[in-house]
Amino acid sequence: MNRPAEPLMAQAATQAQMGQARPHESAHLHVAGAAPYTDDLPEPAGTLHAALGLSPLAHGRITAIDLDRLQAQPGVVAVLTALDIPGPNDCGAIVHDDPILAELSRGPDGALDGTVRHVGQPVFAVIARTRESARRAAALAPQVLTITPLPAVLGALDAHAQQQYVVPPMHLVRGDAPAALAQAAQITEGRFSLGGQEQFYLEGQISLAVPQEDGGMQVLCSTQHPSEMQHAVAHALSVAAHRVQVSCRRMGGGFGGKESQSAQFACVAAVAAARLKRPVKLRPDRDDDFMVTGRRHPFEFDWRVAHDDAGRITAAEVNMVSNAGHSADLSAPVMTRALCHVDNAYWLPHLAAHGHCAKTHTQSNTAFRGFGGPQGALAIEMVIDDIARRLGRDALDVRRANFYGTESNNVTPYGQVVRDNQIGPLVAQLAAECAYAERRASIAAFNAASPVLKKGLALTPVKFGIAFNVAHFNQAGALVHVYTDGSVLVNHGGTEMGQGLNTKVAQVVAHTLGIPFERVRCSATDTAKIANTSATAASTGSDLNGKAAEDAARQIRARLAAFVAGRLGGRAEAVRFAEGHATAEGGQTMAWAELVQAAYIARVQLWSDGHYATPGLHWNRDTLQGEPFQYFAYGAACSEVIVDTLTGEHRVLRADLLHDVGTSLNPAIDIGQVEGAYIQGLGWLTMEELWWQPMDGSKNAGRLMTHAPSTYKIPTANDVPAVFNTRLYGQPNAADTIGKSKAVGEPPLLLAFSAFLAIRDAISAAGGHRLNPPLRAPATPEAVLDALQAVGAGQP
Amino acid sequence: MSDSAPSATSGPAPEATAPAGATRPIRFVHQGAVRTVSGLPATTTVLGWLREDQRLTGTKEGCNEGDCGACTVLVGELDAAGALRFKPVNSCIQWLPALDGKALVTVEDLGGNHPVQQAMVACHGSQCGFCTPGIVMSLVGTGERCAEHCAGSGQAPSRAQIADDLSGNLCRCTGYRPILDAGAQALADPATLPRLATPALAEQLRTLQADAPLHLPGDGALAPPFHAPRTLDELAALREAFPEATLLAGCTDIGLWLNKQFRRFEGVIALGAVPELQAIEVVDGALHIGAGASLQAAWDALAQHWPASTEMGRRFASRPVREAGTLGGNIANGSPIGDGAPVLMALDATLRLRLGQSTRSVPLDRFYLGYMKNALQPGEFIEAITVPLPQPGDLLRAWKLSKRFDCDISALACGLHLRLDGERVAEARFAFGGLAATVARARQAEAAVTGQPWTEGTARAAMAALTQDYQPLTDLRASAGHRQRTAANLLWRLWLETRPVDPLPANTTTVWEAA
Repeated sequence: MNRPAEPLMAQAATQAQMGQARPHESAHLHVAGAAPYTDDLPEPAGTLHAALGLSPLAHGRITAIDLDRLQAQPGVVAVLTALDIPGPNDCGAIVHDDPILAELSRGPDGALDGTVRHVGQPVFAVIARTRESARRAAALAPQVLTITPLPAVLGALDAHAQQQYVVPPMHLVRGDAPAALAQAAQITEGRFSLGGQEQFYLEGQISLAVPQEDGGMQVLCSTQHPSEMQHAVAHALSVAAHRVQVSCRRMGGGFGGKESQSAQFACVAAVAAARLKRPVKLRPDRDDDFMVTGRRHPFEFDWRVAHDDAGRITAAEVNMVSNAGHSADLSAPVMTRALCHVDNAYWLPHLAAHGHCAKTHTQSNTAFRGFGGPQGALAIEMVIDDIARRLGRDALDVRRANFYGTESNNVTPYGQVVRDNQIGPLVAQLAAECAYAERRASIAAFNAASPVLKKGLALTPVKFGIAFNVAHFNQAGALVHVYTDGSVLVNHGGTEMGQGLNTKVAQVVAHTLGIPFERVRCSATDTAKIANTSATAASTGSDLNGKAAEDAARQIRARLAAFVAGRLGGRAEAVRFAEGHATAEGGQTMAWAELVQAAYIARVQLWSDGHYATPGLHWNRDTLQGEPFQYFAYGAACSEVIVDTLTGEHRVLRADLLHDVGTSLNPAIDIGQVEGAYIQGLGWLTMEELWWQPMDGSKNAGRLMTHAPSTYKIPTANDVPAVFNTRLYGQPNAADTIGKSKAVGEPPLLLAFSAFLAIRDAISAAGGHRLNPPLRAPATPEAVLDALQAVGAGQP
Repeated sequence: MSDSAPSATSGPAPEATAPAGATRPIRFVHQGAVRTVSGLPATTTVLGWLREDQRLTGTKEGCNEGDCGACTVLVGELDAAGALRFKPVNSCIQWLPALDGKALVTVEDLGGNHPVQQAMVACHGSQCGFCTPGIVMSLVGTGERCAEHCAGSGQAPSRAQIADDLSGNLCRCTGYRPILDAGAQALADPATLPRLATPALAEQLRTLQADAPLHLPGDGALAPPFHAPRTLDELAALREAFPEATLLAGCTDIGLWLNKQFRRFEGVIALGAVPELQAIEVVDGALHIGAGASLQAAWDALAQHWPASTEMGRRFASRPVREAGTLGGNIANGSPIGDGAPVLMALDATLRLRLGQSTRSVPLDRFYLGYMKNALQPGEFIEAITVPLPQPGDLLRAWKLSKRFDCDISALACGLHLRLDGERVAEARFAFGGLAATVARARQAEAAVTGQPWTEGTARAAMAALTQDYQPLTDLRASAGHRQRTAANLLWRLWLETRPVDPLPANTTTVWEAA
């Protein structure tokens, strides 16, 4: 048979595309500096630059703004406030309490009256000819704003004491925990303070708004949620959604920070562009990015838990207070996920878990990889750690005693059955592979002989629910174009932030069409191509968009199969697509490019849309009951640390990770996700400290003082454990997911619990394992030394 | 180094102002050609020039303060011996005139198939890719250095060396393991790497050396006059004539005054073109470090004589900052925390200060007068730092405490120096940063041990006395209480490591040494 020359196919691996450990589709561009991010795109002629004027006070009433002084600065073209926004001054994701620029009104006498809610809240936007002149003018904010200070609350517990919340408290209840606690023989109580975390996406927030005909607006935006940006911009401009187009080829990291909070920047750029009829770019400096946007929610926990002598929990009452910041943003769903993960891997017969989202005068906290799940799950790991130490048992034994069962004790507090429970065998495999028991003994021997340095060890499990907790978000769309040369373009609703989504989706499409990966290209996420997308969040990117793309590709494949059967005979459903060929029932083949060309001539539709809706989900947000997750992802990690009892300094010596990604779509990418998540979680729990100047009357009162990488420290290459073993678990997903894979974005972040609890174990060792160390997170040297002193160590 | 008039370098005679007509464009080698740049403010950053003027957007801005490394480029220059060497530079805090006479290499210049680039793809070293160009440049810089230093031996950098060289490159996605793998793979045989330092490039740079010293006239406060003298005498004359001008060395702090604080500069006198200021030599039992020597070179020399200071050198800053920043700048900056001053003060370093043609010596422990205030007179500058070499009985420890091992501003930094005479403390110099408005000696703690037998009781007396020495503050790095207790605990660690009987080795007293 005459085959057209297909050099790409000849060199490519021609076996199944799913499951291949191929490099990120943009890796060759990344390393060459040739992968453009939003700021790298050519600026349209006449582009102006915006900078935000930030509130210097944590809470206060604005009574005047010296706009004339701002307007007179070199290069300044315009200064905008909330009064200049055509539509409602709101970019809230769910609750409409999030001003784009600080709330402002003008009274009949012309007097301004406004409110600022945190240090760093944008009050005005300066639009100038250069970014530098915009920044210099905006930096005059403290001089041009007249603000009457009002009392401010920074801490979650202070706001909780005043019952100041952004949404009403939530309760997840099963059985009768108070009654069970009242009758319990053994009760363990405790509390825990858990810090927040800055996303620290390397590429900061950015939007470039370009006016289009007839009131339209194109926004190039670094965002995980183009559709929400489209609606936020349409809302702010008071135009219909079809006039707004948002697109994003790639982000330099997102981690949740560009889910809802890219909206403020998109809206300001769009409002300015609409007003000035010029393209406007808003790229805040890193410090402003920290000062304006929120982060992972800090949580405060306290608990009372009833258990037996083996440590088996019979009832638990857990209170959680998150610091939501000044507005709701995503605080309610974050708390929901925290409540739905307070069980982690454990059967809790009676549970009363209470969630409070405290309203404070700080940045509005938001999504961050794990989305409350890590906070909720760490609470129960602290509980189990406490119980084990109190009973003098190995914490791993107590964990195992509490694992969900497979036939019984297998229903979560929110009413979902834990199907396909892998936690027992997975933990057993890791414990054996990392020689947990032997190392436990050798560490005890080391500690007995080491006066200053103490080692610690911990092995912790992860169970993480996959799907958005809101059922209707669990849908996706895709568009697959096959061009007449046989090349394939894919658009889908997910966004690429480094997680390799485009690589995986392209693998799915290549696999479905039986063609080499190199034939397929994923392009920018664009609201004009795929409508009504969900955020790329909740680890669902590949699950949703992979299935949607597969659906589109299958439709094309079905049409081509019919065409092949018509040409070559046999049944359409018997046509096979593999290795760049279609093979008819009778064994005759057509090469892909030849087939596509012939099908086009025969007027076969060579493109298709696809849609996917995750089956079986339902959720009652009032009772917090239902089937919120399609399945669970599992994992476990064992970390060994060493702690200096004189300084509180510590280091992870070894980490062993075993994580369940089902049947991996791309093992290289999945291992990258697992390891990256572990190190990111390690940063959260051990070094990344957010510190606000107390309301002490100083000029910095209420200001986040760790607002740049000079003061906010994320892990470096030297923080990677010297021994770092990562393995994928390898069991196919029992649920019908794309290629039997499992989501991998968020769950492995929880593997870092093992490092935190290993530090706690080392502190406990310094105190002779008599007391539960009151270790707060992040376990900075100071936090560690505080805990050491509390257990009677840390002082020579 | 000497006070006598230099030198082989010729140039205009020192004058009070830049000679009329001396203005010329900035000239440097980029992409094989000599680039000529004029009409931009002297404070234009290399990153700004690349991204905005040249639309070369491979180099990224992540933080605009030299802490994330996304903007890392390589700068090649001829050293004192005329050899061409490359160093990594944070282009966001390097100003364009600093490139004068040098060569600039960015990620675009590697061609896409450099072994480092290939290994980064093969090892899955990029995820979002935003930090990647900077990481590639750092690794290429390591390879270039190894190829230079290991010429013939072909010795590959260790994984620890690679990690150290990457300490200024933040990656939020990968967790670094694949990046370290890529480095190890690509740099396994440095002798085979394509070299940036070619004879042709060296020849181009030698040609540029014939250019007159750079003087830019300035145009208002946003474009200050800029002078880059070539000789110490010219520098002294300029400094005396323009005492209000800012002395610019590595730009690792002053870069932030511009990028973050929008400060205005009356004028700038850059030190980087004065070779005499970079000299490091041992004379009469003391180490003399020119104020313009890079932190890397200065600390390498110091650690050679005082090995206990090695770890502090690693933790001082990232490699690009250590290559750009100078010891003189670190001392003159006068941060209350500054990691250099506590160690140098404990070693009884003295500064040679120069005003016009006259010099004077000031002990470092009398240099700082108050918060960000020092003993420099208008028009005066630090010429050199002199550090005594070890004597018999000398013991030094140099430690810093911070939330992160690498390039974190210290909560506390100290130099602890004992001179033992048998088992008696003949002399003690304890200097701490982070505990007071300036780096300062712990006089009470020193007094508690001086002349005493070095015993546990003496150590405890010093720890108790330390509470009288400082009243630290609480801030984002640590609470006052934590600073107090860890300062005392470090004296205890000093005792454990130096006690006459059964001293503990460092791998049992600090987690950084432990395995």
